[in-house]
Amino acid sequence: MWSSNWAREALAVLAKDIRSEYRTRYAFSAVLLFAVTALAVVSFSVSPYSLGADVQAAFLWIVLFFSAMTGLSRSFVREEEARTAMTLRLSIAPEAVYMGKLLFNIALQGAVAAVVVPLFLVLMDVAPAHPGLLALATILGTMALASSSTIIAAIVSRANAKGAIFAVLAFPVTLPGLSSAIRATTAALRGAVGSGSALVAGAAGDLRALAAYSVLMIASSLLLFDFVWDD
Amino acid sequence: MCVWNSRLFAALKLLLGVWMTVVIIAAFFYAPAAQNLGQMSRIIYFHIPAAWVSVVAFAVCTAYSVRYLRNRRTQDDAAASFSAELGLLFCVIATVSGSIFAKATWGSYWNWDPRETSIFVLLLIYGAYFALRSSVDDPSRRGSLAAVYGVLAFITVPLLVFVAPRIPAVQSLHPDGPILATGGGLDMDGRMMTVFISSLMGFTGLYAWVFSLRLRAWRFITALANRQED
Amino acid sequence: MDPAEGHVRLELIIDSVSKSYGARRVLHDVTARAGTGQVLVIAGPNGSGKSTLVRMVARLARPTDGRVLWKLDGRALPATDIRRAIGMVSPDLTLYDELSAAENLRFFAQVRGLSATPEFVRSLLDRFGLGGRGGDLVRAYSSGMKQRLKYAFALMHDPPLLILDEPTANLDERGVALVHDTIAQARLRKCVVMATNEPEEVRLGDVVIQLGA
Repeated sequence: MWSSNWAREALAVLAKDIRSEYRTRYAFSAVLLFAVTALAVVSFSVSPYSLGADVQAAFLWIVLFFSAMTGLSRSFVREEEARTAMTLRLSIAPEAVYMGKLLFNIALQGAVAAVVVPLFLVLMDVAPAHPGLLALATILGTMALASSSTIIAAIVSRANAKGAIFAVLAFPVTLPGLSSAIRATTAALRGAVGSGSALVAGAAGDLRALAAYSVLMIASSLLLFDFVWDD
Repeated sequence: MCVWNSRLFAALKLLLGVWMTVVIIAAFFYAPAAQNLGQMSRIIYFHIPAAWVSVVAFAVCTAYSVRYLRNRRTQDDAAASFSAELGLLFCVIATVSGSIFAKATWGSYWNWDPRETSIFVLLLIYGAYFALRSSVDDPSRRGSLAAVYGVLAFITVPLLVFVAPRIPAVQSLHPDGPILATGGGLDMDGRMMTVFISSLMGFTGLYAWVFSLRLRAWRFITALANRQED
Repeated sequence: MDPAEGHVRLELIIDSVSKSYGARRVLHDVTARAGTGQVLVIAGPNGSGKSTLVRMVARLARPTDGRVLWKLDGRALPATDIRRAIGMVSPDLTLYDELSAAENLRFFAQVRGLSATPEFVRSLLDRFGLGGRGGDLVRAYSSGMKQRLKYAFALMHDPPLLILDEPTANLDERGVALVHDTIAQARLRKCVVMATNEPEEVRLGDVVIQLGA
């Protein structure tokens, strides 16, 4: 019985967050602007050079990672700063709060990726060899980023420095997901020149690693979230 | 009982001092130079044990973190932070010694080979842990948040150390053979192995001794502060 | 208060509770009991730890020593259910500025498993004197209206334990009257905990905890 309650409560939190974001529009515009700016900087800086697929993939995920660092702490930090967190503590189970915020972060990061990846392909003049693999790598990589960042966002919202330490705390924890995402994206961008089947086989391993990583992060977060949320 | 204990500890301390002295001397004079690496190989008696201790210290920190989350005893939080301090120290030693070795054998101070990456990430985790601790004012909240982060980071470390190097696409510069936790499978001369294992034990003993010192000092100071209050 | 009506009997036990933040001791060895049909008043000057004790009763903070127990019909409430049994109003409580009052109430009704119909929300708003103002953003509300909205938030799920930190803060005469009415009704079927310095409110208490300076 409690699991169906969680789902309803989590979805209500998600809907509330989306409605609030829509009214104020801070997070999405700020993150999007940052992502586009970062992309522009990268594209401008490397335009004289022709880059291999691995470097391109790395740049893409650097931009996505720092976009996540800009946007994903917002949903928790805002509750603490606006002092609305107390109402949540009084009315909703912590696990449901986490799930709702996680879904919101997935949606936010997904929306950013949906804009950044096509823009990246255009600005860097890249034609991906395996577009399907690229989409899959982006989706799973986005899940990985969101699932590792959300609980850290919660931790950061309860500390003082907030913005500054979010990236510091998130990077070591996110790194395994990030490196798998970069490798899978490299395989997707690389032309048929690369060792065809071995490349795809390796990519399948990375995709599985990403999925497993996300599951591990979400499971750990659910176990640990109570300690972050309650005083 | 107390007197017996303190005499035992004093004896162990002395033993540790002698042990480490012998190990250091043996590292340079008793153990033979390895075939392909030459005199450079002597670094394994210091670099690897330091890396080993930094991982052990992290595990100990995580264990105390879990205990703190269960019981909320300030002693467990203090112990976690002390272990992390030592872990950070040994991690710096391991990173720097590894970098020196890298320059001498492979020509550059840093290459992002998987094991270098792992030790660097561990360094980042320690740094992040202390950054988090210093950004929370309330002691009990500081303990909880740091403990949660410690556990979270500990869960992701195996992914880096064991998963990343296994994936076929990634090459490694480090000499072959699993080194850290398992310990077996090294192609080492008998004397090298002796010195190596002894150094491993010595470093671990060093860590355990300083850790216990730190914890005892803390207990003493806290007891004193409590007594002054009453 | 007819047991046959299904009214629950709540018991609140504060057992040797102390709270320190590091070296600073805020509460020392506080003990009290209260139950359904009673009003527990926490009185004391500012800074004496009233809000801290209130937060512990609301399970928003943990005591350094001692414990707080919530019992429903004789059995200790499991942690997950304590939240459902509590309704709280506090100056520290803030509702969502960027949402309307109706949207706020609907959200909290949803997460509490109540039927979040427009009729329910409207009747709730009417009950606390906010009828017709449901569509306004909370940002536009006066502090008195915000306080009334907090009461709607606290009472919508009819909790057996009502916790009020400074019940009449920001309220005009009519608001104060509304609150005193609410307390008078609530004390029959609920346990009411009040942190206040207002002498008339302190007098309402069946049990009084006096916190020193």
